Amino acid sequence: MTRLMAVLTALMALLFSAALVLGPADIGPVESLRALIVDDGGALTLVMREIRLPRAILAVLIGASLGMAGAAMQGYLRNPLADPGLIGVSGSAAFGAVLSIQTGVAATVAFALPLSALTGALVGVFLVLALAGPRGSSLTLILAGIAISALAAALTSLTLNLSPNPFAASEIVFWMMGSLADRSMTHVWIAWPLIALGGVLLASLARGLDALTLGEDAAEAMGISLKRLRLTLVFGTAAVVGASTAVAGAIGFIGLVVPHILRPFVGAKPGQLLWASALGGAIMLLVADIAVRVVLPSRDLKLGVLTALVGAPLFLHLIYKTRKEGL
Amino acid sequence: MRVFVLNFKSIVIAGLVATGPAMGLAEAPKRVVSVNLCTDQLAMLVAGPAQLYSVSELAFDPRGSAMAEQAKTYVPNGGFAEEIYLMQPDLVIAGSFSTPATTAMLRRLGVPVVVFDYASSLADIRDRLVQMGDVLGQPERAQMIVADFDAQLAAFQTEATTNPRAALYQANGYTSGDSTLAGQILIAAGFENIATEAGFPYGGFLPLEVLAMSQPDAIITSNPDAARSRAEEILSHPVVEALRETTGAGWFSDRDWVCGTPFVLNAIAATAKLRRQLEGDGS
Repeated sequence: MTRLMAVLTALMALLFSAALVLGPADIGPVESLRALIVDDGGALTLVMREIRLPRAILAVLIGASLGMAGAAMQGYLRNPLADPGLIGVSGSAAFGAVLSIQTGVAATVAFALPLSALTGALVGVFLVLALAGPRGSSLTLILAGIAISALAAALTSLTLNLSPNPFAASEIVFWMMGSLADRSMTHVWIAWPLIALGGVLLASLARGLDALTLGEDAAEAMGISLKRLRLTLVFGTAAVVGASTAVAGAIGFIGLVVPHILRPFVGAKPGQLLWASALGGAIMLLVADIAVRVVLPSRDLKLGVLTALVGAPLFLHLIYKTRKEGL
Repeated sequence: MRVFVLNFKSIVIAGLVATGPAMGLAEAPKRVVSVNLCTDQLAMLVAGPAQLYSVSELAFDPRGSAMAEQAKTYVPNGGFAEEIYLMQPDLVIAGSFSTPATTAMLRRLGVPVVVFDYASSLADIRDRLVQMGDVLGQPERAQMIVADFDAQLAAFQTEATTNPRAALYQANGYTSGDSTLAGQILIAAGFENIATEAGFPYGGFLPLEVLAMSQPDAIITSNPDAARSRAEEILSHPVVEALRETTGAGWFSDRDWVCGTPFVLNAIAATAKLRRQLEGDGS
């Protein structure tokens, strides 16, 4: 367990540094890291501190959020198909964010953007949990997710199409697929308080989720309040997914792929999977964000494209497996 | 009917070669509809009284149209074949960016359509003005405007300059190279374009960090719309703000920069003024 943590942390640190030294501007790695630490008063420090550093930090924060949220929902629903992107939580968060931008609230009130994304995410999580039920079968979970995703996507598109701004309609892609291009430290400041709060809430679920593997009655006998567990899960997920979506759009599949890969390494303990998935999610998003910059640097390839290319086949595989198990 | 359109075009071309007014074209069109922001403005400039009936809705928006006031005397159109047909025009003027479905439909319905290419250089503006004069049967008016345009343009080109380097930066980080109208405006105003150094002869998405590393002497950005969008958020990114503070900051106003009309002279004048300010600073 500790070895897994060490390996994941080391890998994340390595990719974080790689994200800092790679970019369209041709700058040597040593030179760029020096400019990051020592202010040279010129363009290099500006590039490192205002473009690459916020991008790498956001990749870690958002990747960890999505990985952790996926692991928590899967642990609670005891269903490997739960992913904040797939079940419409990210989509409803995006709708909340778009509404606050288009109404101008985001520009006037501090933290209005992440808070309205959080509100959207809350509605999404509530709806999914209400529709799928506490022991949601795969079928109802996926169906509820499809309906919520479709509705959120339609409302987002409608809002952007109605906008008088000529560029708004083309932003539908960003909100559906997600991107970290041209983010700044402002976005880090917008996102991190809610992500930290949500992360603490989700981390506090560890014992409850472990107990829940023995069944609801056993968990309650162990002193776990299921009602409180559920509420913490809802608010924790909405906070991390809302804040992440507000600054980077809806990035799918990370919460599906990462817990799936890491589950065997933690002995199928959902509590430990939370931490492992946070690290794993950060790793996956750093890889995806490095890839979009290296593969097609001039095209602003969206992150969701890459995560879906990896995640969708796995999703199909999981559906096939759960069907075979007769669930 | 399509044959007629082709004939019509070839007559226009013949008219260009020949002398102008007294040519084979039966008579000037009397009820003209323009469906493209740029042809709208060219037509409003060149058309005779009551000759132009309708211009596109975009022509009424002062953000993108340099002739929003003049447009008010015309009927707006949304560029849809159905409404245009019902206006019963004897000529429709479209731009090469107009949807082919609309122009094809109008031609099938027997409405003559002339498609104007967009201008990508200052010389193209003269050509489009002359073309508009011929299409509307107003070659003398067109020639007057061209002569005026030439005279004003020449005034800019006589200025000797040190050619500072400027960056054009628009929504989504889009930049325009030398082979575009915006790039030509920049050159006429006495700037060199960093898009060319970065390998963008036409236009493309210039990564923010490439912009920062190229250290331009001036940065010319578009003015964000009042209704916010994520695409324009990049124009207030800390890196762009820092560049504005340390270099010359100019503003790209759509209405003078986008269309190949004589109004680009306003864009050139504003940009040349920015250059003189930079030179005055001794930077």
